[in-house]
Amino acid sequence: MGDVRRFLRVKNFPHIWCPGCGNGIVLRAILTAVDRLGYTKDEVVMVSGIGCSSRASGYVDFNTLHTTHGRAIAFAEGVKIANPNLKVIVVTGDGDAAAIGGNHLIHAARRNIDITTVVFNNSIYGMTSGQYSPATPHGAFGTTAPYGNPERPFDLCRLAEAAGATYVARGTTYHAKALAVLMEKALKNKGFSLIEAITQCPVYYGRLNKLGSSVDMIMWQRDHAVTRQEAEKLSADDLKERFLIGEFVNSPAPEYCEEYSKIIERAQSISGGKK
Amino acid sequence: MGNEIRFMQGNEACVEGAIAAGCRFYAGYPITPSNEITEIMSRRLPMVGGKFIQMEDEIASMAAVCGASLAGLKSMTATSGPGFSLKQENIGFASFTEIPCVVVNVMRGGPSTGSPTSPAQGDVMQARWGTHGDHPIIVLSCSSVMDMYELTIESFNLSERFRVPVILLSDEIVAHMREKVDLSRIHDIQIIERKKPRCASDDYLPYLADPETDVPPMANFGEGCRWHVTGLTHDETGFTTQNPDKIAALHDRLHRKIENHRSEIIHAREFYLDDAKVVVFAYGCTARSALRAVREAREQGIRAGLIQPITLWPFPDEIVLAAADSADVFLVPEMNMGQMVREVERSVCGKAAVFGRSLVTWEMFTPGKILENIIEVRNWVTSGGSSE
Repeated sequence: MGDVRRFLRVKNFPHIWCPGCGNGIVLRAILTAVDRLGYTKDEVVMVSGIGCSSRASGYVDFNTLHTTHGRAIAFAEGVKIANPNLKVIVVTGDGDAAAIGGNHLIHAARRNIDITTVVFNNSIYGMTSGQYSPATPHGAFGTTAPYGNPERPFDLCRLAEAAGATYVARGTTYHAKALAVLMEKALKNKGFSLIEAITQCPVYYGRLNKLGSSVDMIMWQRDHAVTRQEAEKLSADDLKERFLIGEFVNSPAPEYCEEYSKIIERAQSISGGKK
Repeated sequence: MGNEIRFMQGNEACVEGAIAAGCRFYAGYPITPSNEITEIMSRRLPMVGGKFIQMEDEIASMAAVCGASLAGLKSMTATSGPGFSLKQENIGFASFTEIPCVVVNVMRGGPSTGSPTSPAQGDVMQARWGTHGDHPIIVLSCSSVMDMYELTIESFNLSERFRVPVILLSDEIVAHMREKVDLSRIHDIQIIERKKPRCASDDYLPYLADPETDVPPMANFGEGCRWHVTGLTHDETGFTTQNPDKIAALHDRLHRKIENHRSEIIHAREFYLDDAKVVVFAYGCTARSALRAVREAREQGIRAGLIQPITLWPFPDEIVLAAADSADVFLVPEMNMGQMVREVERSVCGKAAVFGRSLVTWEMFTPGKILENIIEVRNWVTSGGSSE
């Protein structure tokens, strides 16, 4: 237990994230949870896709796998199935997880494979300089939405829940300590966990939408995030401008690798140990 | 030792070869005509304690294969044309990050959905160049059910030894026909395992290659040597680099690790080449008809020979060039619009004429058709090469 800096590959710093970016806060929440759970560095595998948040895998001293755009979860499933003793964490962004990788997300949730996926949701494609994503709000601006976004965003938590994820929660970079608690619970869940971490991109999303500084964007999170309990007291109009945070699903179900180990037993009993 | 002769389908032999080679992870997606590989894997792998998963798409199955290999299991997937195209980005990832794995492509008529239940040989260039960027790859070609057993084992051995994805090409005919397979061959084949690092984990440089082989030892995830795998251009540490010298060094080494071992990688079956004037170059199911055609040509007094490449990539330049010393003409029958014919042309360096013959009806080349073509090109030579 202690300083999460022991999990960092400090020799790879400075990192590529812009001043004011929230990704470091989300990463810290993950590392805090790993620390609290007492995982060893050798047993943790961090898998990422392509995008700003996916560069996190290069900065942590675990077994790390920086894959192709959208496919992190599919690579992670291979790792986990091959060696179910490994603690597999996927870090991904809203474009990576919800657009190009959306299919892998819902199918991993459906299988309930024991992987924790953390979506760093900054509402935009940051790495490629500000195109709108499946998490960009209707009407918001991106470099490919110069007249405002005509599309509606996904609610990633509801998507994961509908697909069968057994732990689903949303946090923000403002609620950093609560985010670490959610991460810890997600990692403890024996099954597919999804954490949506709302984070600020002041350089692209903030600038294109005139949202002010990084601090202003974090304050926006504080003023617009409500727990389910708080939401019950608010009118429909008040809720329109707000978003829910906290835990949405925590309902254990049979886990994929455990189910597959039963398949191995069954196949071996039928074949009578025939090789 | 019991009788180890079996009567099997090509796709089934592929599965048995994979299991004999130590494959313990398979991810696939339904597609014709490779389905039987996926189906039989789902039944056979758990019997030997292996893992099978049917993924949500072809891209995911290639990704899962990479992940499972990194976690220490010999891993494989199988597909056909359209699925092979979808896998290409992650095949490139495996090539660049040096993840051992085997991809079987049972070729069918293309492009696009094409003719799913018909044989073709249209993916021989895709197998070499399907993913973007320069990259090392090894491609083998099967002509028989026995090949599907033995060359699947060979594919795993090459992939483990060279840390490279190996593409095993088959076609609808070879995959679906049934022939005798001698499973005892496995007793003569040494099974190769990836070389692991011997250094302390703190000293592990994941892409520091053995200078003899140009292949770096590989640590499996979870075994104590933590390392970073990235599709970004990386240096010996595994982390991204923009240093021009290091970028060039990586590409040179990836190229060398295959090119410097051509003689160990490249195999071809050679028939009647000693005095051959007409050399047929044929692979896959076409090689079966070609061999019979060559024998019939010999009966008619035509000095014909056959090169049946087992290794398509790297291309067997040396073997083709050697045959060109005595040959007047090469004939390259292919079930495509002419793909390997240009490689043959390039390799003979002008020492002999080269004619391609395309068949895109998705019916097999018959021995009679190839014999007819042999006579045609022989006549072209005897008439002084004035007209084809």
